[in-house]
Amino acid sequence: MLAYAIKRLVQMAIVLWAVSVIVFLMMSFTGDPVFMVIPIDSTDAEIEQARRILGLDRSMPEQYWLFLQNLVQGDFGRSYVFRQPAMDLILERLPATLEIVIVAMLIAAFVAIPLGVYAGANPGKPLSRLIMSGSLVGISLPGFWVGMMLIFLFAVEWRLLPSSGRGDTVEVLGIETSLLTWDGWTHVILPSVTLSLGTLAIILRITRAGMMEVMRQDYIKFARAKGASRKDVLYGHGLRNALIPVVTIFGLQIGDLIAFATITETIFAWPGMGKLLVDSIYRADRPVIVVYLMLVALIFVVINLVVDLVYTAIDPRITVK
Amino acid sequence: MDHQSATAPLLDVRDLRTWFHTFSGTVKAVDGVSFTLAPGEVMGLVGESGGGKSVVGFSLLGLIDPPGRIEGGEILLDGEDIARASEERLRRIRGREIAMIFQDPMTSLNPVKTVGAQMDEMLRLHTDLDEGARKARCVAMLESVGISRAAERLRAYPHQFSGGMRQRVVIAIALLASPRLIVADEPTTALDVTIQSQILKLMRKRIAETGAAMILVTHDLAVVSEMVDKIVVLYCGRVVETGPAREVIANPSHPYTRGLVDSIPNPKHRKPRLAQIPGAVPDIRNLPSGCSFRPRCPRAQARCAEVSPALAPTRGTLSAACHFPILEEVAAAMATTGGERA
Ligand SMILES: Nc1ncnc2c1ncn2[C@@H]1O[C@H](COP(=O)(O)OP(=O)(O)OP(=O)(O)O)[C@@H](O)[C@H]1O
Ligand code: SF4
Ligand SMILES: [Mg+2]
Repeated sequence: MLAYAIKRLVQMAIVLWAVSVIVFLMMSFTGDPVFMVIPIDSTDAEIEQARRILGLDRSMPEQYWLFLQNLVQGDFGRSYVFRQPAMDLILERLPATLEIVIVAMLIAAFVAIPLGVYAGANPGKPLSRLIMSGSLVGISLPGFWVGMMLIFLFAVEWRLLPSSGRGDTVEVLGIETSLLTWDGWTHVILPSVTLSLGTLAIILRITRAGMMEVMRQDYIKFARAKGASRKDVLYGHGLRNALIPVVTIFGLQIGDLIAFATITETIFAWPGMGKLLVDSIYRADRPVIVVYLMLVALIFVVINLVVDLVYTAIDPRITVK
Repeated sequence: MDHQSATAPLLDVRDLRTWFHTFSGTVKAVDGVSFTLAPGEVMGLVGESGGGKSVVGFSLLGLIDPPGRIEGGEILLDGEDIARASEERLRRIRGREIAMIFQDPMTSLNPVKTVGAQMDEMLRLHTDLDEGARKARCVAMLESVGISRAAERLRAYPHQFSGGMRQRVVIAIALLASPRLIVADEPTTALDVTIQSQILKLMRKRIAETGAAMILVTHDLAVVSEMVDKIVVLYCGRVVETGPAREVIANPSHPYTRGLVDSIPNPKHRKPRLAQIPGAVPDIRNLPSGCSFRPRCPRAQARCAEVSPALAPTRGTLSAACHFPILEEVAAAMATTGGERA
């Protein structure tokens, strides 16, 4: 177990290092940020000085070495725009993003899995066909369109929910959350639903496929031959086996959701890190982009680890080694 | 036989018809099968692949799924017709009255549940025992099927067991709720030969002890010969011959059974090849006219193409569905050597 933990940590470190190289190279090819930080009427001397301060006058390997050293020390630089540590900016926005991502994941899981189980266990029934057609719609509709339609219907036409922004928050353990206030929830619900649709449809389809496959297995017939109820057969015997592939996709989807959150946050003016990223890209605010990318990479590797651990919990045939 | 017909049958299957309505036509997998089974009696259900043996077994437990359906006939369990029973009633019958053992032990246990949980489920469904009593019963049952360190093994997962061990677990599960009938669908076909005979011996012993009746499904007559009281031979969804096991194997009266008996390998003779029944089982959606066995039958005559033969007494205690049954008895020695007619 200890060997496994060490092996995984080393793997994670290698992945993060590779990401740092890619991020650095990408940044180096995306224009000179110096013009973003200096006043328009700066003299050449002032520009040169700014370059020196930012370390832009050195060679590429030197710059990377500095960049890496700073990363390892947790120093990601200051935002050119806000003049604050980039990490702080991102961390400030992270809870807002995680909020809609988590709520979207929960919506996806609690809607997709039961529907997928039903459709997989009753293929050919009219309701199953309806569910499957619905999931196709969910996959094909672009998120920004759904978001705008939801705003139009719920906020503009029916005036049931607010159209944008985050709403009231309370601080719990130093983290601002809107999930503990009524006003917060009214703001969370539309962006989360928008964000969840694609994932919901994918998880639904995978659960259904897994369920159909599992229901053909002998152990299902054996469980029925014992006299188990349909519910026990479906959920007690079938679901856990069908969930094995779902877990992987679920993990990958969390990453996707964080990435897609940028679009949703922009539509709903949700003050998350995705919106910050879009703003930072417009302003070529390099340090913020770097922190965002490194953080998302870290989240991905951690999710991967969690997926593997969940695997071993669900499937006794898989052991960590 | 006489003492058995005097007892009220445990199971009385009458003219059972189970069909599958597929896109390519109706598969009459079981088409008019009748037999009875007395309490404690062991019956062999034999025939080549596709004869409908498994479908008969699943029909008894009400486990026929669409596009399949029990189209007609009765399955009387203690006089109650369970072919038409509600799903709720069937759930109380499955496991408690009729238990089933499947062919492949590698796939009949759920890979993500412990052996203990899968055994416990049977007792939870069919008894009022508390947790401690259920566990004790599971341990005792595992030990009785020859699994040592049973208490510890309850926590193990199926993949930690060999094929033979898994089939022992499956047998233990089937026996747990003390069913009165066990349907064993080729319980040893997937196992290697040495383990096959161990498992069969075990089953025979345990089932004799519990007094349960058993239907042993197999395509291998040699397997049933030592284990069963009577034999029902299926061909293309119909019973072609039935009678006491010894008589069916020594002196079958139906040409199909004759062919099956002749292809039993005989260890005393070093024959290079076994006598096989010539030809192949026909497509069940497209059976030949008259007798289904006609294209492969050495005794076939014109009448066989016109009229489908009905099951009727042929010789002694045997009944067969054949216009021209084998009425002369073959000397016992010759009958078991195999291959004379090839
Ligand atoms: N679900 C199904 N759909 C369509 N046809 C089926 C289905 N199940 C069984 N059949 C058909 O019913 C017939 C009898 O099948 P069955 O499995 O009972 O044969 P069997 O005697 O048990 O053979 P084996 O020795 O191969 O197990 C076969 O022709 C098979 O194709
Ligand atoms: S009825 Fe005719 S074809 Fe059929 S088994 Fe008897 S002799 Fe052969
Ligand atoms: Mg079969």
